[in-house]
Amino acid sequence: MADLTSTFLGITSPNPFWLASAPPTDKAYNVNRAFEAGWGGAVWKTLGEEGPPIVNVSGPRYSAIHSNDRRVIGFNNIELITDRPLETNLKEIRQIKRDWPDRAVVVSVMLPMNEASWAKHLPMIEDTGADAFELNFGCPHGMSERGMGAAVGQVPEYIQMATEWAKSAASIPVIVKLTPNVASILPPARAAMEGGADAVSLINTINSIMRVNYDTLTMYPTTDGMGTHGGYCGEAVKPIALNMVAEIARTRETSSIPISGIGGVTDWRDAVDFLALGASNVQVCTAAMVYGFKIIDDLVDGLSTFLDDKGLELKDLVGHAVPSVTDWQHLNLNYVEKAVIDQDLCIKCGRCHIVCEETSHQAITHTVDGERHFEVIDDECVGCNLCVSICPVDSCITMKQTSDDTAEKLAWTAHPNNPMRNTD
Amino acid sequence: MRRTDGRETVTAVTTQIPDVRDHRLSKDEIEANFADLHAPLSRSEALIEADRCYFCFDAPCTQACPTDIDIPGFIQKIRSDNIRGSAQTILRENIMGGMCARVCPTEVLCEEACVRNTHEEKPVEIGLLQRYATDPIIEAGTQLFTRATSSNKRVAVVGGGPAGLSCAHRLTALGHEVVVFNRDDKLGGLNEYGIAAYKTVNDFAQTEVDYILAIGGIEVRNHCALGEDVSLEDLRSEYDAVFLGIGLSKANDLNIEGEDKEGVLNAIEYIAELRQTEDKTTLPIGKTVVVIGGGMTAIDMAVQSRLLGAEQVHMVYRRGPEKMTASAFEQALAQTSGVTIHHRAPPSRILGDEFVTGVEFKTDTGEFVLYADMVFKAIGQHTDGIEGLTLENGRIVVDDGQMTSLEGVWAGGDCVVGGDDLTVSAVQHGKLAAIDIDRRLREG
Repeated sequence: MADLTSTFLGITSPNPFWLASAPPTDKAYNVNRAFEAGWGGAVWKTLGEEGPPIVNVSGPRYSAIHSNDRRVIGFNNIELITDRPLETNLKEIRQIKRDWPDRAVVVSVMLPMNEASWAKHLPMIEDTGADAFELNFGCPHGMSERGMGAAVGQVPEYIQMATEWAKSAASIPVIVKLTPNVASILPPARAAMEGGADAVSLINTINSIMRVNYDTLTMYPTTDGMGTHGGYCGEAVKPIALNMVAEIARTRETSSIPISGIGGVTDWRDAVDFLALGASNVQVCTAAMVYGFKIIDDLVDGLSTFLDDKGLELKDLVGHAVPSVTDWQHLNLNYVEKAVIDQDLCIKCGRCHIVCEETSHQAITHTVDGERHFEVIDDECVGCNLCVSICPVDSCITMKQTSDDTAEKLAWTAHPNNPMRNTD
Repeated sequence: MRRTDGRETVTAVTTQIPDVRDHRLSKDEIEANFADLHAPLSRSEALIEADRCYFCFDAPCTQACPTDIDIPGFIQKIRSDNIRGSAQTILRENIMGGMCARVCPTEVLCEEACVRNTHEEKPVEIGLLQRYATDPIIEAGTQLFTRATSSNKRVAVVGGGPAGLSCAHRLTALGHEVVVFNRDDKLGGLNEYGIAAYKTVNDFAQTEVDYILAIGGIEVRNHCALGEDVSLEDLRSEYDAVFLGIGLSKANDLNIEGEDKEGVLNAIEYIAELRQTEDKTTLPIGKTVVVIGGGMTAIDMAVQSRLLGAEQVHMVYRRGPEKMTASAFEQALAQTSGVTIHHRAPPSRILGDEFVTGVEFKTDTGEFVLYADMVFKAIGQHTDGIEGLTLENGRIVVDDGQMTSLEGVWAGGDCVVGGDDLTVSAVQHGKLAAIDIDRRLREG
C-alpha cells in the first residue's frame, strides 16, 4: 500500500484527509471519534473573540438537494462559528493535540478587522499546541453581515491586512481560507500571499437558497416563517472548487502557494481531482455529515490503491494535471474527435439520438434499414461529447480521434478567422 | 398407493369415491391465500423505481403497450411527485389503467420491451408504478376528465366489460350520450367476474367502474342481454351508433365421452362465482382437480383451486409449452403455487359413474389417467353468431376503426378478430371505436 503520509507546511499527518472547519470539528468528542476513525487531521470549528458566545438559530440550520433515492447531492447551512465559550474550546484543543500528537490540529479563527483583537487572541490559541491557524475569510452567511467571513474575503485589501496581523501575532503557519463568492479567485489569492500567508485553502461555501416550500410558498427552510441565504457545499460544488484550485495552481504569481483543497470531496476519486489539480491535501466536511466518519476508510484505501496502480507517490500526484489546464484560446482547433457507439453495449434507449437531434447537431440516427439503430453520422458529428455525457451505459459511447496526429496544431491565437491573431 | 406423478389406471380411478367439499381451509388461510399478489409500492419504493427509467426516445415500452400509454412520461411525473399529472397521462390513453396495472402480462408487454433488460436483466417495474400513480386518483375519485359540449347524439354500448366501458367513457368525454346494455348484475365484465381474485383485491373492479361512470353522461341498464332483452335491429334504429363489446360468453366444449358427468365444470363459470363469493371457504372444491387448457383462465382456475385447498391440481394442455397463451410468469406462478403442468396431452375420455372420478388422456406415446374429483374446462370461449355480422373463426370481423360489416355497428374486445383476451386490448378497441364513431357522427 502506498504511503499516504502527508506533510503540509511542515505539519505531518498520516494521510492527506483533514476534516474541514465545520460542525464535525466543534468539540473534542467529535474530533476524538474522527481521529479514532482514522482522519489525518482536523481544522477546529472557527473560534471567535473572547466574551459572550455566538448565538445560533434554533430552527433548521441545514437543508439538502436530494436525488430520488434521497442521496444528498448538495447541502446548505446557516450555522455560525462556534457557539461555545472560547475557554472551553481552547481546553479541548489542548487535550486533543496532546492525545493525538501524530494528527494535524489546525484552528480556524474569525476576528473583527481590528489588529488588537488578532494580537490578543492568536497567542492564546497558539498556546494550545495547535499546528496552524486557518483564517476564515469565507463564511457567506451571518458573520459576513458583521463585517467578518466573506465580507473580508471579498475585498483583497482586507485579506492582506488581516493576514498581516495574523502573521505578526502567530509563530505557527497561517492558512487563508478563501470564499468562492468572488468574480475571480486570483485577486484574493494574491492578497493572501502579499499578506504573508503560508497557504490558502478553498473553497468555502457558496451563497445559496435551496428552494421554496411548496405548501407555504415561502423560502425553505425558514425560522419562524423567515429564511436567509446559506452556504452551499457537497458534491455539487466540486467542479467550482476544482476550477478555483486549478486557477491558483496554474497562474504564475500564485502557483507557489500551497493549497488545501476543499469542496465536495466524497470519495477518493474526488481527492485525486483536487490533488492532481494542485492541492497538497484535502479537507472534507459534507460527506462526513452525510455518512459519518467511516468514509475515511474508502478515502484512504482508495487513494492508496490508486497510487499503487499508477506507480506514483502522493507527492507525485500533487499538481500532476495542472499543466493540462489552459485557456480556451490555446486549444488545438485542428484536433478532431467523433463519437463512436459500441453496438454491443448499446441498450437502444435512444437518448443520444433525441438529445443530439433536438439540442445539438442531428448527428445520430434512430432507424437504419427499418430497425431501431443508433449510429453516429460522422459528417455531422462535431465531437461535442453530449451523447457520451448522457448515455446511461458506461463506456458505450466513446470519443475517437479522427484527425491526423501529424496535422499542424492551430489555436485561436493564430487562427485565420481571428482578427486579433498572432502574426509572428 | 397413488403414484407421485398422479398418473393412474382406469380401474383405480373409476372405483374412486369423489371428494368434493367446502371449508378445506380456514377463513384466515383463505384470506391470506387471496391477498394482493403484488403489494403496492410505497412512495419511497416508487421514487427509487421511477429513477430507474431512462426516459427513452420513442420508448420501446410505449410501443409495446396496446393502449400507447406514454410510459416514460408518466414515470417522469412520479419522480416529481406529480401524481395527478401522471395518472392523467395513463388514464387519457387507458381509462382502465388501474386494472391493467394489476392484470396486464407486463412481462410480455411493456416490461419485456424495457431497455433495462439489456442493461441489467431487470426491467423497470412499470406495472407497479402505473398502479402507484392511478390508485390514489381512482380511490379518491379525483375527476381528471370533462365532457365536451353535447353532440345530441346517442350511442348504444352493448356489454359492460372493459371494451364497452372504455368506449362509453371516451364517447361521453367527446360529448355523446351513452346507454350501456349490460347482461350482468354489475358492470366490469371479466374484470368483475373473470380475473383471478388475488389480482384485484378490495373490490377494485367496482371502484374503477364507479370512477369511469363519474364523468357523467353514461346510463346503465343491467340485466339486459343482446338477443334476449334487446335486439341489434332495435338498437340500430333507436341510436346513432352501436358498439358491441359482448365478449365470448359461451365456453367451448371438449366434445369427448363423459363430459356431462357431475363435477365437470366450465372454469369461467366457477371463477365468476368465486369472484362474487364473499366467504370463499363456502366454495366446494375437489381434493384432486384437473384443469384442461393452456391459457390465462386455465392458470387462474388451477391456482385458485390450490388457494381454496385442493391438494393436487393438474393443468393439462394438449400442445407444448411454447404454444401456451399463458405467459411464462403465469406458468411459473402456477408451478410455485403447487400446480403440476402436463403438456402435449389431449383429453380423450371423462371417467366416472354419475360423478367424475378421473380423466383419460391420449398422447403420442400412449394413454394416461389422472384422478379427478373435479374437472374444469378452460379451452376457450366463443360467441354465438349475430345476424348480419361477418365472422371469422367465431369472432366478429372489424376494420381499423373497429367498425363491423354492418353500417353503424362497431365492435371490440374478446368478441372481435384480433381480440387476445387481454383487458388492455379490449380497452384499446373501445377507445378506437369511440374515436371512429365520433368522427363518423360529426361527419354525418
